[in-house]
Amino acid sequence: MAITLFLRLTTRRAIEVVPAPAPGAQEPAERDRVGRPALLVEHVTKRFVVGREHRVVDAVRDVSLTVDRGHIYGVLGANGSGKSTLIRLVSTLLTIDEGRVEIFGHDIERDEMAVKRCINRVSVDAAFFKKLSPYENLAFAARLYGLPAGEARRESARILGRLGIAEKRLGQPTEQLSRGMQQKVAIARALLTSPMLLLLDEPTTGLDPRSKVDVQVFIEDLRDAQDAAIVLTTHDLDEADRLCDRIAVLDGGRVVADGTPAELKAQVARERGAAPTLESVFMAYTGRSLDEDVEEGEAEAAGA
Amino acid sequence: MTALGHELKASYAFVERNFNLSRRYWGWEIAYLVYAIAGALAISLIGAQLGDRRLILSLMIGATFWNYLSIVFSFIADTIAWERWEGTLEYTMMAPIHRRTHLLGSTFYAILYGLVHTAVVLVVLALFFGLDMSRANIGTAAAFMVLGSFSFVGIGIMAAVLPLLFVERGSQMTFVLQSLILLVSGVYYSVDILPGWMQVVSCFSPATYVLDAVRKGLVDGVSATALLGDAWPLVVMGIVLIPLGMWVFGRAERYARRTGRLKRVG
Repeated sequence: MAITLFLRLTTRRAIEVVPAPAPGAQEPAERDRVGRPALLVEHVTKRFVVGREHRVVDAVRDVSLTVDRGHIYGVLGANGSGKSTLIRLVSTLLTIDEGRVEIFGHDIERDEMAVKRCINRVSVDAAFFKKLSPYENLAFAARLYGLPAGEARRESARILGRLGIAEKRLGQPTEQLSRGMQQKVAIARALLTSPMLLLLDEPTTGLDPRSKVDVQVFIEDLRDAQDAAIVLTTHDLDEADRLCDRIAVLDGGRVVADGTPAELKAQVARERGAAPTLESVFMAYTGRSLDEDVEEGEAEAAGA
Repeated sequence: MTALGHELKASYAFVERNFNLSRRYWGWEIAYLVYAIAGALAISLIGAQLGDRRLILSLMIGATFWNYLSIVFSFIADTIAWERWEGTLEYTMMAPIHRRTHLLGSTFYAILYGLVHTAVVLVVLALFFGLDMSRANIGTAAAFMVLGSFSFVGIGIMAAVLPLLFVERGSQMTFVLQSLILLVSGVYYSVDILPGWMQVVSCFSPATYVLDAVRKGLVDGVSATALLGDAWPLVVMGIVLIPLGMWVFGRAERYARRTGRLKRVG
């Protein structure tokens, strides 16, 4: 706890996030339609057909949620609860079977290009062309969003510098960077495009404590400085408690709880007599502890 | 910036990225080049053993131009497979660009890379055998390379669908498809020696017409205008296969998004 506080205090001073809007991209004022939530998910269902017996599985069932700009919305859930599927649906990587999703008033299916310009995503695995350097990977991503390579270079150096990665490391193959550094490069890739809605799918999973705090502080500053809306899935309940303005708990593809961290903790204490913690909230609504779930997930990954 | 300008710049992103990949994998690039030269030499030496300079030239053209066509095909066909291996496919699919922009960039680099690679192989072979190319009609060869490229781009785009739909076996399928085109297109022999049913299949391979025309141009000095019989099938294939490839790719992408097949595997 003390080391976390120390790292947090020392890192916060070093980080100031004001990403420049990408040339060619729409200005925030144009993108942020007046009165529209950053993200509106209404009664969304997504089904997959799995296995040889073609079993139909509802990965996401009748999920509704609203995220306002400048807010961090946490999504908690066990492995397989539908968190990543929900992020993929909002990312336009999956089609919606039922319901609708709007991002700043743009329907995700009808205005796909407008939606894509507004969003970016960081996933649990920092996926890059590993032989390419961070600069080369980021230049590629920046060009796809209309940002000139020179500006992408300056901006990525600035963002990564504030995340604690020296400029000299940015010319090396990405595979030579540590897991934490790669995740920071992934965050820089997402921020380069100045997204108005940032989708963070377990961005701190597997990071060392220092990198974890760097990323957490960065997320907070991003919300404050850029006024971006952020959807964050995480297994770290302390992280969710500290960062999120509102939290939804997913279980079996359904939203089983939704509220501010304080509301959820008070509710579980009042109704179930449990300790007012997010761990209690998680156990009360999913019937299991998150540690148990993470261990199970790791065992599955190791056996895969 | 106009929408077209944005799309062209985005297309260039794929050219630049693929160039950077070639640069970073320079050791493999040299290895592939040496293998291509050695393979082309080994096949052409069969003609030397028989003392038939016309056969040397014919085999050399087969080896060199197949090298070009197979590079164009495999670069485009593997566009999706590479991204899936690296785990970047979802990020590229999320970017605000049209799929034609994505495929245009990959195609442009494939053609550029194929031309450079093939030119090096051709020069080494010409020097090795000391061939007299004074009668050769280079214009015919160039014209049919360009014409054939369109058809191969179309087939390559369709083949790129396989790794999109078949997560684990897609790349293997494109490799088999490439092998079948090699078999039926008369790369090292005349299609006349093939069984009847294979000759019918060879009519649907653009490589059959490209190689026939290039051989006539470089060996006999025939002009492109005298080879309309080889040209019109290529024109028709180019006109049909590229839009068909884009349509097939669009359908496949929609299917992949419905069934969750863009997700990283492995």
